[in-house]
Amino acid sequence: MIEIKNLTKKYGDKVAVDNVSFSVKEGEILGFLGPNGAGKSTTMNILTGYLSATDGQAKIAGYDILENPTEAKKKIGYLPEQPPLYMDMTVDEYLSFMYDLKKVKVGASKRNHITAICDLVKISDVRKRMIKNLSKGYKQRVGIAQALLGNPEVLILDEPTVGLDPKQIIEIRTLIKNLSQSHTVILSSHILPEIQAVCDRVIVINKGKLVADDTEANLSNRLSEDLRYTIRVEGPEAEVKSMLESIPQMEKVDSLGEKEPGVYEFVIEAEEGADIRHELFKRLAGRNWPLMSLRSSELTLEDIFLQLTKDNAYGGEE
Amino acid sequence: MQAIFRRELQAYFKSPLGYIYLAILFFFGGQFLVIQISGYRTNEISSIFASLFTILLFTMPILTMRLMSEDKRLKTDQALLTAPVSLNGIVWGKFLAAFTLFLIAISSTVVYFFVMASMATPQWNMFFGNLVGIILLGASLISIGMFISSLTESQMVAAIGGFAAMFFIFMIDSIAEMIPIDWLSSAMSKLSFMTRYNDFTSGILNFSHMLFYISVVVVFNFLTMRILEKKRWS
Repeated sequence: MIEIKNLTKKYGDKVAVDNVSFSVKEGEILGFLGPNGAGKSTTMNILTGYLSATDGQAKIAGYDILENPTEAKKKIGYLPEQPPLYMDMTVDEYLSFMYDLKKVKVGASKRNHITAICDLVKISDVRKRMIKNLSKGYKQRVGIAQALLGNPEVLILDEPTVGLDPKQIIEIRTLIKNLSQSHTVILSSHILPEIQAVCDRVIVINKGKLVADDTEANLSNRLSEDLRYTIRVEGPEAEVKSMLESIPQMEKVDSLGEKEPGVYEFVIEAEEGADIRHELFKRLAGRNWPLMSLRSSELTLEDIFLQLTKDNAYGGEE
Repeated sequence: MQAIFRRELQAYFKSPLGYIYLAILFFFGGQFLVIQISGYRTNEISSIFASLFTILLFTMPILTMRLMSEDKRLKTDQALLTAPVSLNGIVWGKFLAAFTLFLIAISSTVVYFFVMASMATPQWNMFFGNLVGIILLGASLISIGMFISSLTESQMVAAIGGFAAMFFIFMIDSIAEMIPIDWLSSAMSKLSFMTRYNDFTSGILNFSHMLFYISVVVVFNFLTMRILEKKRWS
């Protein structure tokens, strides 16, 4: 459905996207993960024809975005990072304008089509209001509604849940999940759990380069969060530390100091594939040092990249 | 193109801009009419059009400052450029919206003509010549203003740049006179919008003048498209 080959984009000397290739199959939800400034938005902007690539090719449903822009663009619904909203229009006027602009052809009448989409993204109650007076969450949803006009085959959503409250985030995720039944979706985010919740396949991009391209399940295994824990133990700091280090398969122990009176915090990291929790509990109980808390540390994006680039098994990285 | 045209035209009436523009032109137009009738006691309509030249020039930024810059600021250009619309469609759609508002403003002169015609023998030919002249002049100024608007994302900068350009157009003849080099001076005066327009107001329908104004529209609309295109490649 979507094919990207050796895509490169330079802004002057700065390389924003560096020789990125991937393809997306019909009906797939592809997650596009990377920190801010990684080149996610640039890639999406090229894919939608807003920017031109310095080198390489992008094809949507067989149409090259440079050679057949009009045909390719008809297949795409795009929600840019900042939703492209005219503040001086009401939601209804805006959607009607976008409907005409996109030269939408659907079975239903214009009115019914817009109503259906408004119901879908739950903005029916603000349709008569000026866009500038809407909250950020509603603006974002109007942006999504705009992308959905005409039931495009491909949906490209650049950080669609930014600015929404937790309840709305879950709603939008569910919505995107449901949409994938009839659309091919590319979704970008800098939040790993979001990508994990929604996507079948994940592409990780950092500094313009493709770092990983894998199924969500595989990636999650590789990035297993069970490896690292933050624990609090009541007991003498130095002794606890040396005991922790003596646990087999323990890779690293860092002491974070006293957090409560007599209670010390440690970050412990086990070898890949090892579950040290049993051993940890037994040993602490044996010494009568109460375990006050145990939680797995979330991996930051930096950790993810470190982990993904540690071995080159998954390609992409030179 | 139609969608963009409709939106832009609506946008003029969602902000005070469209009303301000119409009000200024109606006010000055009416003023000139009154002066013609009760001051000079004549049915000679050309002076009204001649006086409107300055007014048109210095009100044009009101019409054009928003056209392109607003889209850049709001990032709505992303919606336009990723929609199945050609650059041609975007630029001409916006141009025609501004042009339509301009025509509405200018339509008041038809009323002036009939007011004058009711009091003396109507000079139909004179009136149509003037009308063609002012329409062409307006179109060329709009495309220049729109081009300037496409260079910036700030309406203020677009407005100031627009004023500067209009002032330059206003001054072309004086500047040409000041240039001591003969060929440069005459080349410059060829660019004069005023001389050509004055020919229209004196009832001369010169084909080369018409072509000049139409060329300005085509060239500047083309340049505006290039500016939009350039953004994609930089």
